[in-house]
Amino acid sequence: MPWRLLRFATAKQHPEPRMFTAHAELKKSYDVVIIGGGGHGLSAAYYLGRDHGITNVAVLEKGYIGGGNTGRNTTIIRSNYLTPEGVKFYDESVRLWQDLSTEFDLNLFYANRGHFTLAHTDSALRTMRWRAEVNKHYGVDSEVVGPDFVKQAAPMIDLSCGGHAPILGALYHAPGSVARHDAVAWGYGKGADLRGAEIHQQTEVLGIVVKGGKVCGVQTSRGFIETNKVLCAVAGFTPRILEMVDIKTPLYIHPLQAMVSEPIKPWLDPILVSGSLHIYISQSARGELVMGASLDPYEVQSTRSTLDFVEGLSAHMLDMFPFLSHVKVMRQWAGMADMTPDFAPIMGKTPVEGFYLDAGWGTWGFKATPVCGKTMAHTVATDTPHPLIHGFSLDRFRNYALTGEKGAASVGH
Amino acid sequence: MRLPPISGEWIDRATTLSFSFEGKSYEGHAGDSISSALLAADAGMLGRSFKYHRPRSVLSMANHDVNTVCQWGERPNVRADVTPLQAGMALTAVNTFGGLAADKARHLGKFARFMPVGFYYKSFYSKKLFPMWERMFRTLTGLGKVDFATPHLRTAKRYDFCDVLVIGAGPSGLSAALAAAEQGAEVVIVDENARAGGSAGYALGAEAARAAQHAEQLAAVEAHPAIRLLTGTYAAGYYTDHWIPLVDGDVLTKMRARSVVVASGAYEQPAVFHNNDLPGVMLASAAQRLIYRYAVRPMQKAVVLVANQDGYRAALDLAAHGIEVVAVVDLRPEPAAGEAEQAVKAKGIRVLTGHCIVEALPGSHGQSVAGAVVAKTPQPGEMPGSERETLVCDGIVMSVGWAPAANLLYQAGTRMRYEKALEQFVPDTLPAGVFACGRVNGVHTLASRRLDGQRAGSAAAANAGFGAAQAIAVPAETESPSHPWPIVSHPKGKNFVDFDEDLQLQDFQNAVQEGFDNIELLKRFSTVGMGPSQGKHSNMNALRILARLVGKEPQQVGTTTARPFFHPVPMALLGGRGFNPERQTPLQSRHDALGAQWMPAGVWQRPEYYRVANQDRLSCIRSEVTAVRQGLGIIDVGTLGKLEVIGPQAAEFLERVYISKYAGLKVGMTRYAVMCDESGVVIDDGVVARLAEDHFYFTTTTSGAATIYRELSRLNTLWQLDCGIVNHTGAFAAVNLAGPKSREVLGKLTKLDLSSTAFPYLALREGTVAGIPARLMRVGFVGEWGYEIHVPANQGAALWDALMAAGQPAGIRPFGVEAQRLLRLEKGHIIIGQDTDGLSNPYDVGLDWATKMDKPFFVGKRSLQVIERQPRKQQLVGFVLGERFTGQAPQECHLVIENGEIAGRVTSIAWSPTLGRHIGLAFVRPSQAAPGTSIAIRLSDGSTVQASVARLPFYDPDNLKQKEAA
Repeated sequence: MPWRLLRFATAKQHPEPRMFTAHAELKKSYDVVIIGGGGHGLSAAYYLGRDHGITNVAVLEKGYIGGGNTGRNTTIIRSNYLTPEGVKFYDESVRLWQDLSTEFDLNLFYANRGHFTLAHTDSALRTMRWRAEVNKHYGVDSEVVGPDFVKQAAPMIDLSCGGHAPILGALYHAPGSVARHDAVAWGYGKGADLRGAEIHQQTEVLGIVVKGGKVCGVQTSRGFIETNKVLCAVAGFTPRILEMVDIKTPLYIHPLQAMVSEPIKPWLDPILVSGSLHIYISQSARGELVMGASLDPYEVQSTRSTLDFVEGLSAHMLDMFPFLSHVKVMRQWAGMADMTPDFAPIMGKTPVEGFYLDAGWGTWGFKATPVCGKTMAHTVATDTPHPLIHGFSLDRFRNYALTGEKGAASVGH
Repeated sequence: MRLPPISGEWIDRATTLSFSFEGKSYEGHAGDSISSALLAADAGMLGRSFKYHRPRSVLSMANHDVNTVCQWGERPNVRADVTPLQAGMALTAVNTFGGLAADKARHLGKFARFMPVGFYYKSFYSKKLFPMWERMFRTLTGLGKVDFATPHLRTAKRYDFCDVLVIGAGPSGLSAALAAAEQGAEVVIVDENARAGGSAGYALGAEAARAAQHAEQLAAVEAHPAIRLLTGTYAAGYYTDHWIPLVDGDVLTKMRARSVVVASGAYEQPAVFHNNDLPGVMLASAAQRLIYRYAVRPMQKAVVLVANQDGYRAALDLAAHGIEVVAVVDLRPEPAAGEAEQAVKAKGIRVLTGHCIVEALPGSHGQSVAGAVVAKTPQPGEMPGSERETLVCDGIVMSVGWAPAANLLYQAGTRMRYEKALEQFVPDTLPAGVFACGRVNGVHTLASRRLDGQRAGSAAAANAGFGAAQAIAVPAETESPSHPWPIVSHPKGKNFVDFDEDLQLQDFQNAVQEGFDNIELLKRFSTVGMGPSQGKHSNMNALRILARLVGKEPQQVGTTTARPFFHPVPMALLGGRGFNPERQTPLQSRHDALGAQWMPAGVWQRPEYYRVANQDRLSCIRSEVTAVRQGLGIIDVGTLGKLEVIGPQAAEFLERVYISKYAGLKVGMTRYAVMCDESGVVIDDGVVARLAEDHFYFTTTTSGAATIYRELSRLNTLWQLDCGIVNHTGAFAAVNLAGPKSREVLGKLTKLDLSSTAFPYLALREGTVAGIPARLMRVGFVGEWGYEIHVPANQGAALWDALMAAGQPAGIRPFGVEAQRLLRLEKGHIIIGQDTDGLSNPYDVGLDWATKMDKPFFVGKRSLQVIERQPRKQQLVGFVLGERFTGQAPQECHLVIENGEIAGRVTSIAWSPTLGRHIGLAFVRPSQAAPGTSIAIRLSDGSTVQASVARLPFYDPDNLKQKEAA
């Protein structure tokens, strides 16, 4: 038993302080205001303090920290992307992930399981080869493997998938991992708080004051605050915030749904994704099967669940794992994915001076949490986009310099 | 112990069922649940808790006894409290190490002090050791086991409709059903229990009149012709537009109702005191269910902890069935005297008001109750005083309050508010078409519940268009049915709030101390309510605790989001039959007879190639290619999307959706057609043919057919052009007859003039082929003289047979998708999706000639206007390997490398039997695009192959084969 647990047993009082200080009032002004207390916002607050010494920072959260897509995703971390920009960016993220638990003194359950993107058709296999070759070029560990290799990692799988979608191979990405998503928000929150940033929950942004093309303040449900720098990191709510500063983006919002089973004894180690069957699955540390599928096919700004989602996903799950017939689905939920036309994020400066945008995270935002915070902190602190995010600027849409992750992203969460 | 027969009991004493639990044999009766049969046999401990492996038994008997879930053969997590007993069941407890009694993990509870809430976040994360700890956690975690031999169960689904759906057949639900049916609505009423009645069947207070009233009401419902009563059926969720999955154990029924009455009742809530989890401590409603449903005596000597009239009634029910009620302990100092309370006192039962249970005393091995220690009820949050009394008993029954079973109401979009007078959340604003009655609506007195049901049923019927809503006043409750603080602190803890997750009172204090001080964060950090019962017995107490810790009212604290499902649903029921539609063309049997090797193409199966004896795959494909080049081939192209657009603005429509021009296309002619999306990316291609001024027939790719049709329909809904789009994909069969001998052979079967002047290249003609009405198009995808022939689907086979027979002297050869891929590659034609990707624009892939930027508008034009002005980043070119190349050839998607950087990739490559060398298409940098440039292709193993860029097409560069000489 780790010695740290001894402390719990011997202490009279629970020996753990607050992870995040409660602040009764907002200050009159801040150097940086971050809208959105999800993983990205908190991560940016953390790196602003850690790397740039900027600590007069407020993180404003309408609900509770980590309550948006940070707490709604299926927690997969990988870097097997298709474009050079994407591969380098997510590879840096994977590197950062590995040290976070130690850095925060908080166990994020960062578990390296290996990630398989299954190919059921020739064309899927072609795309896998493309991704593998690009990944290898940038030193990322990806390989096209055959069905036997898949069977070895998940011996119970029905390789024929019920006979109608046989697995022809897979893109195997050894660094693929999962983590406890809520703890990621808490860890960054704790770290940011320690460095002086203020986290204000239940604080809604009602307006952003822009004068002469420059940000000069934020109107919140708890009063007005002055600031010259605002970072917007609100995923599915991005269009609503952008209205306040009159910035147009090609973002569109689709719901993305997921479900978990009742806890069962762990039997599945790797993370499996199938574009053809619209499945991604891993088994959590609680024994629950965490399952997702592709985006809902329509634009809705809502987090309601649908029945046909659980029906379709269950049917496909049983194609791959027929023995799950008796396993019960316990809960389903949805998040709002802010999609871009090229499936790459929007990061960096905007036409409004002092207004920085971190959006377009669609279905791939969780894994980017560390690198996103780090690069946005750099961008905000220096008013210069971090080199890793050059491909993700908002004006790429105006200039048609798209960063095409679309080919790789189909069901690539 | 089994009681003597009780009127209305659910068990059939004539049928005895044998089963085993943990290797020991038992007998029960038909109608028993697993738990009731085990308790009838005095089994005591039925399971162990998840975290500390403490002995546990029945808590609710209402489908949230997560600590007593069993493994039944291949079925994990079988809920013993409600699963009907079956003969021969071999059951074991889940998540034990060495069996229930000898569970090696049973000592974990002793280390509880080391494992406060969230302890696993605080340690175990050293990079080196985490994998080891994770393995340990994964050993300990989870409940039941999956059996990999379990077959794929396929179940049918049903669809159903009704005017009014009533969820819950307790007293208020039954009333609602009757009221709605009386107004003329067709009513379906569902209840998850095996029999209707809810608490009307077991919360009797030993009053015969209550049972009689219930029997009368139930008889009226059962006799009503407009009411369907579905027992053993639960509403699993509530989706938009009153779309409700009903689960009856074997089948999922999707119900669409006009109005829904939620009469789902309330979950009785446990009191929180030290050792409140011992086997023998249970909710009053659980004890009453055991008695009246299963005739099981849950204990011999009971202490009844109460805070409402329901509790006194439970005491009466116990006393009436031979259980000695040692005392009724009422948390309230001055309860309003009710009838049940008076009846209890009249029986001489000791009543201790203003008292609480401080702790339950464990019996041997902590597997039973030996007594209850009581004291004066302290102020909330304080420790009880030192004045204690020990009451000897073997069971503790709790009736201290209720939480509304409002999950479905929340999912439907109901706003709830905390009603202080009731100490309960009640519906505040109900969405249109949703009604609530009974306990979930804050109405607890039996007579009032029936009235409330009548009110809701009438209103629901009126909403569905039947009659007018009756104005019915429901009297207010005279006492609060729930105690605001049924919670007692204890220095030793083990006062459990969440039995699924083994969360104790102190855990909440600790979590709040660490900053998890709002309900959603508290849930996520402590995991309260995240277990399989989804908080049914824990969320309300958790909320009360949090409210007190942060000094707020429950209303301000609010509840967590209630998400589907109400109870977990097996994947087999959700998956249903597992339809995987596969489409076949009308020529399927012909291909089979010819030895087709099938491959999937979207939802279709297509012949990849035709097997020939003693030839391998590649030589089969190559000989098919040669046949087309030198003689005659035929391929089934019936999978192409086949659409028509008809109307005065049909041409305008095509002008907008394709990048080329069609307004000037002559009737009887065809033109290649490429479609882009808004960002200028090529998404589909096909051929447009003009049948008349206002009538076009056009094709899409096989895999694009459904989405393109959907997208075109969407666009025309926006544009409102005067034309209609029809999807004929399945209505037509189509073949491509290609090769130098195609005209000669077709000529035998048609009266059409096939001369070059009468039927030139790219023309369309309508006529008959072998007597079958047909559309014929002279197209050149494979680069030979050829005809695409489209006929009604039901005559496809006849056409095929006629062509095969007529072509026999010419050596006709059916060819598959692979040969076609090779033939088109020789011609340098691209395949959308293979030679393009999610970012390819027409300029990248050499379609500049097709892109008509002088049109006023087409989808993607705005983007292409920008792209057009930018320097090209990549270009699709042809390439060849050396004629004598013998090594490992590159594969599709191998990278083109220039100066150590990625310059592009191979999109198509094959060995061409016609040219006798490897040919391919690849994206390269524009600087590499000139024919003759040498490019380096890197293989998976890191080695490099040199290729040289070649002019396209590789074969017949002047297109002399497919059309008449100029």
